[in-house]
Amino acid sequence: MSSFVPFRSIAETRRLLLSKEISPVDLIEGLESRIAAVDPSIGAYIERDVETAKKEAAAADLSKPLGGIPIGIKDAISVAGQPLQSASRILDNYTAPYDATAVAHLRAAGAVPFGRLNMDEFAMGSSTENSAFQLTRNPWDTGRIPGGSSGGSAAAVASGMALATLGSDTGGSIRQPAALCGCVGLKPTYGRVSRYGLIAFASSLDQIGPLTTTVEDSALLMNALAGRDPHDSTSLDLPGEDFTAEIGKDLKGLRIGVPKEYFVDGMEPGVRSAVDAAVKQIESLGAEPVEISLPHTEYAVAVYYIIATAEASANLARFDGVRYGRRSSEAKDLQALYAKTRAEGFGREVKRRIILGTYVLSSGYYDAYYLRAQKVRTLIRRDFDQAFAKVDAIISPTSPETAFRFGEKTDDPLKMYLADIFTIATNLAGICGLSLPCGFSNRDGVDLPVGLQLLGRPFGESRLLRIAHAYEQSTEWHKRRPAL
Amino acid sequence: MSTEAPHHTVDVPYLARLARLELTQEEIDLFGGQIGRVLDHVEQMNKLDITGIEPTAHAISVFDVIREDEVTESLPKATILGNAPHNANGLFLVPKVLD
Repeated sequence: MSSFVPFRSIAETRRLLLSKEISPVDLIEGLESRIAAVDPSIGAYIERDVETAKKEAAAADLSKPLGGIPIGIKDAISVAGQPLQSASRILDNYTAPYDATAVAHLRAAGAVPFGRLNMDEFAMGSSTENSAFQLTRNPWDTGRIPGGSSGGSAAAVASGMALATLGSDTGGSIRQPAALCGCVGLKPTYGRVSRYGLIAFASSLDQIGPLTTTVEDSALLMNALAGRDPHDSTSLDLPGEDFTAEIGKDLKGLRIGVPKEYFVDGMEPGVRSAVDAAVKQIESLGAEPVEISLPHTEYAVAVYYIIATAEASANLARFDGVRYGRRSSEAKDLQALYAKTRAEGFGREVKRRIILGTYVLSSGYYDAYYLRAQKVRTLIRRDFDQAFAKVDAIISPTSPETAFRFGEKTDDPLKMYLADIFTIATNLAGICGLSLPCGFSNRDGVDLPVGLQLLGRPFGESRLLRIAHAYEQSTEWHKRRPAL
Repeated sequence: MSTEAPHHTVDVPYLARLARLELTQEEIDLFGGQIGRVLDHVEQMNKLDITGIEPTAHAISVFDVIREDEVTESLPKATILGNAPHNANGLFLVPKVLD
């Protein structure tokens, strides 16, 4: 009998499960003891239901593609019968009545949901410091943030406390924490994965995706997650696709766009040099780098913070103290019930975004802000359409800097928003994007992971995974582990 | 954090009323300055000529999706009401609305 070993890939774990060297219940027990040992210094998990996971593991069908594989779930994604709060006090005492379709698809593939992972409240943030529950620490330097909003999902994978996790990405919330923690994070094309059962932040931008230790594992999870869902009218009916199909193919003949707007002054020097080296490495593997321009890049943050806050202010109207979650005990009438429940239940960043979103939608300002932002969104989309007419994928840093310190940006929301400058346009355009480790940058004497971002045309995930896999296998970055 | 006063000012108490969100005076003062600075940044959009550009609401064009009107199981009433802070007789309870 083999025992649980942290950082083993899903692909390798499946081989051990099929040869009966390890059982699904061993895996849950092994993971739980790893989490008990490591998580007190990281804080990735909000909660785990070990008994339910062991029962489900014991019943797992190993003949399925993800049979017996435990997957950690961001606290924004519904798992039937488990608490669900989007790391917010306004959802105190809420139990998910049903599985999110993404979770149902994982179960259908034999996987076992295990553990609620920390995040920024309602996915609003880039550091996970906005969780109402706890800080999550970066496994490479516990004085630093893990990125966000899927900070728990990334930190758990990067510290060997999960084989893989689900996150959600509205403006970079899978890719940026994956970059800052040193793992692989994929944001699928909008419409690829059902949003049913994901607590909505900005519905035209939100997408669920996997965080994994390897590119191959990302493809294995996508095989389960993708597909049309009658419960989400924006999920698309596409022919079934094997996302592993292009993995292992070489890069000869592929053209990779290098957008000049993503290689600007002011970037952390160690990030710049790691990404420059990665471009050369991909060239040495047979792909041809091509300089391209995405001229409306500088407007992406502005457009995003209008569209995302407008959608959020509408989506979060449902939290009113009547049908679920918390209710203020102070209120004597219905208006006060709404206003006081929301005052007590929402954290500061959520309140700030509701006010901003209400402003840009309010009478007299709609045309100047919301409508104008939607038109600039069209220009950002066209930039990518024109680029993808010439190249197979686009390469860039995922984030202009490595993990920053706790509190470094909490007093200045605009500074925090600008941390997402390289990831936000992807969501506005609806295309797919992936981050994977491409080296380390020494910051204050500590080596911190750098993420390489690859962007693909709509429904081009298989091509992205092929490029990412070829690069990953030609380097050793994905094998480095934090000292924990 | 920038200490310079933002060019944009917003009426935070009015917006808070629209959003049914009670704010403290400290939050009102803080958000006023922070949102003003975000709007200063957003102003750069005005440099662009957007004449004749169609707005994008969804990145991937979504057309009306029609399905057959079939009767299916709903979630159990008890499960849904069980998540409510106050319920009785199969109903959500709220403070008195009419005198």
